[in-house]
Amino acid sequence: MNQLENFTKGLLKENPILVLVLGTCPTLATTSSSLNGMGMGIATTFVLIGSNVVISLLSKVIPDKVRIPAFIVVIASFVTIVDLVMQAYVPALYETLGIFIPLIVVNCIVLGRAEAFASKNNVLTSLIDGAGMGIGFTLALGILGAFREIVGSGTIFGYKFISGDGVLVFILAPGAFLALGYMIALVNRIKRTSK
Amino acid sequence: MAKTESTFRNMALSLTLISLGASACLGFVYELTKGPIELSVLNKKISAIRQVVPEFTNNPNEEMFLLPTGEGDSLEVYPAKKGDEIVGYAVNAYTNKGFSGKITLMAGFKPDGTIINITVLNQKETPGLGTKMTEPGFKDQFNGKNPAEFPLKVRKDGGSVDAITAATISSRAFCDAIGRAYNTLQKGGQK
Repeated sequence: MNQLENFTKGLLKENPILVLVLGTCPTLATTSSSLNGMGMGIATTFVLIGSNVVISLLSKVIPDKVRIPAFIVVIASFVTIVDLVMQAYVPALYETLGIFIPLIVVNCIVLGRAEAFASKNNVLTSLIDGAGMGIGFTLALGILGAFREIVGSGTIFGYKFISGDGVLVFILAPGAFLALGYMIALVNRIKRTSK
Repeated sequence: MAKTESTFRNMALSLTLISLGASACLGFVYELTKGPIELSVLNKKISAIRQVVPEFTNNPNEEMFLLPTGEGDSLEVYPAKKGDEIVGYAVNAYTNKGFSGKITLMAGFKPDGTIINITVLNQKETPGLGTKMTEPGFKDQFNGKNPAEFPLKVRKDGGSVDAITAATISSRAFCDAIGRAYNTLQKGGQK
């Protein structure tokens, strides 16, 4: 597998949300608008890249039996850094994402990539994997958020283009499930026809 | 380099070193972001105060005082002064009766108790329903009203407040917070 393939697999073929269906909890909760979804995606991307790099560097040093606690310490540190930096420089976004920033620690994608990929590959490959996965995650969250925002409240990036209210259910949690389900169906369709 | 074996010594050593490294990084980032975080919290508070009271010349944040609510806790009151004359009070009000927990807001009162303006600081209400409390359509109905002759209750409960459609609990909570702020301020004023 070359590095380009390694990067693009996260976008569609192994998209964390739409194909692997990992980390759906923050996905459903933070995509009530596209900006929130993308903010969450970018924060997760940073953590993914950082933890993938550090873990691939340390993978030889960490004994197998304590690898999970070691990985979690590394991931938690990156999450706390993101948490503090966002609080300091983008307080508005920090407030909307709230509890979901600290929860990136237990996001399955991050630990999943550390365990399945970064601990077995070299630094560069792991970095590219983290970036690809992160961007795939960000894209999926952005699109899901944009869809819910357009249908649910008639705005896009906070800009209102239809008067009145939208279909309220899409702003609420059930709408998130519905929208995600349709997105997954669509991606499966695309994958099948392109084979 | 060979993979480190899982002996007790190796496990303890590697975990200790990783934790040490992680805590050093975190301490560094914490020191770096401490200032900006405090600044952004302060800016947010001051801009909220600015929104709810008339123009002032003092520093309300430094002259903040606490007034007991009579419920065992106290509210932060920020006096706004122009010269020596008090033009308004910004009260950091709260309620625990929100649909999804605590709501905090900054309410501006004239010295006689008339509401000037209100801004919501923190709320976790249902998006699209309870969150409408932050919009002028709901919160501006309080502006210029004196709670002495404007009962702070939704119409359903015999008051004068138009509740948000499908978010009566959030509307009640909002009234509860304003009511507490008003009562606290009035009681404190009479003392």
